[in-house]
Amino acid sequence: MAKGKLNSSGRLVVIGGSAGSLEALFVILPAIKKDLACSIVIVLHRKSSNDSALAGLLRTKTQLKVKEAEEKDGIADGCVYLAPGDYHLLFEEDHTFSLDDSEKVNYSRPSIDVSFESAADVYGADLTCILLSGANADGTAGLKCVRRKGGLAIAQSPESAEVPYMPQQAIINNAVDYVYGLEEIIHFLNTM
Amino acid sequence: MEISISREQLDQLLNEVFERYGYDFSDYSRASLTRRVNRLFTLDKFPSYAEFLYKVKNDPSYLSRFVEEITVNVTEMFRDADFYIALRERILPELRAKPFIRIWHAGCSTGEEVFSMAILLQEANLLHKSLLYATDLNPDVVARAKSGIFPLHLMKEYSENYIAAGGREDFSQYYTAQYDRVIFSEAMRDRMIFSTHNLVSDSSFNEFQLILCRNVLIYFDKDLQERVFELFDASVERLGFLALGSKETLKFAPIISRYKQIGKEKIWRKES
Repeated sequence: MAKGKLNSSGRLVVIGGSAGSLEALFVILPAIKKDLACSIVIVLHRKSSNDSALAGLLRTKTQLKVKEAEEKDGIADGCVYLAPGDYHLLFEEDHTFSLDDSEKVNYSRPSIDVSFESAADVYGADLTCILLSGANADGTAGLKCVRRKGGLAIAQSPESAEVPYMPQQAIINNAVDYVYGLEEIIHFLNTM
Repeated sequence: MEISISREQLDQLLNEVFERYGYDFSDYSRASLTRRVNRLFTLDKFPSYAEFLYKVKNDPSYLSRFVEEITVNVTEMFRDADFYIALRERILPELRAKPFIRIWHAGCSTGEEVFSMAILLQEANLLHKSLLYATDLNPDVVARAKSGIFPLHLMKEYSENYIAAGGREDFSQYYTAQYDRVIFSEAMRDRMIFSTHNLVSDSSFNEFQLILCRNVLIYFDKDLQERVFELFDASVERLGFLALGSKETLKFAPIISRYKQIGKEKIWRKES
């Protein structure tokens, strides 16, 4: 299995989303260029049963390679990894994934906070986390941690979000560097 | 989480736990360990890392809490309906002709999976000639599993899981409720042997027709995973089965050449 920093700039973008975030991803993903100079990891609140269906659905929306993150998988540039349902997704120092089936956090597994915090530990300033639409307060604590470790925290603008509560919480709690609409998120990713 | 311990601090803490108490977490996946240790630190409101370390070093009674919180003990009965359907429809029929069935639940935690298996065996009329060995590194969870006692409020969910996993009986016939707890039937508990066993340091202790080790290996690094696969290989008889968690695989292990996956589920048969 691919291990270590294979074909990797060492830069990572983690996108967290809940209710209404698929709609945002359906706009963002098709507009992302193929030779992206980072890896994208998507952590969505979802039912555990429709695992492969969601990866398949995202695959139809992008030129990038989409796969469900597997434990010990190496994280490569230009790939979109989807957190599997019913596990927390964590990051190891050798830039591989780990899975964890411990308690739900913010009523969620995968939890966005858990992935943001773990990625911040490993990637530090090479990390950008983006919080999309949702009805849950997950992600805010994680974004704070990302900023403490030198990474960049972005929230989808509440007015562009189907369900504004989740990005709004992050903004109110002073956990973000930038508030971006979908076009700005696309531009940001394509110019990384 | 406000506090995050450094890599060096984590190493120091784990080293103390190993030297004083013999629990070796050095080959566990770092990301999860870091998170669990940070979580415990916050839960128990230690004012500083130094005080946390002091407690671990000098209070043996704190060790059991440390081990229990560092390892993940989240489990439920009949988790993953498809997996239990595969056990019921594909694996148990193959074991039926055996004069005696030995099953090992490695990393049994509080025992929910062991009792789920006992229900399957009872419904297949195989329980009387089966023995279920259930082991975990943590003596406290093993003791709880052995008691067969579970909180009553979980039974609704477990009953739904049971039905989703193809159960046709009245789930409540398997336990007796009293106040806010239930105890599972003696007929099932009589067929179970509980013991501590550490997959990191202990060796094979019997031969089994079926070994289940689900959502344990995700917490181990690659080298330790391989060592545990060797241990299982030495403990499963030819044509016996090895079952893993839904996100775990034997695919990259050296022993894979002698194993064949059964359908889509994470169950492999030892072919030679």
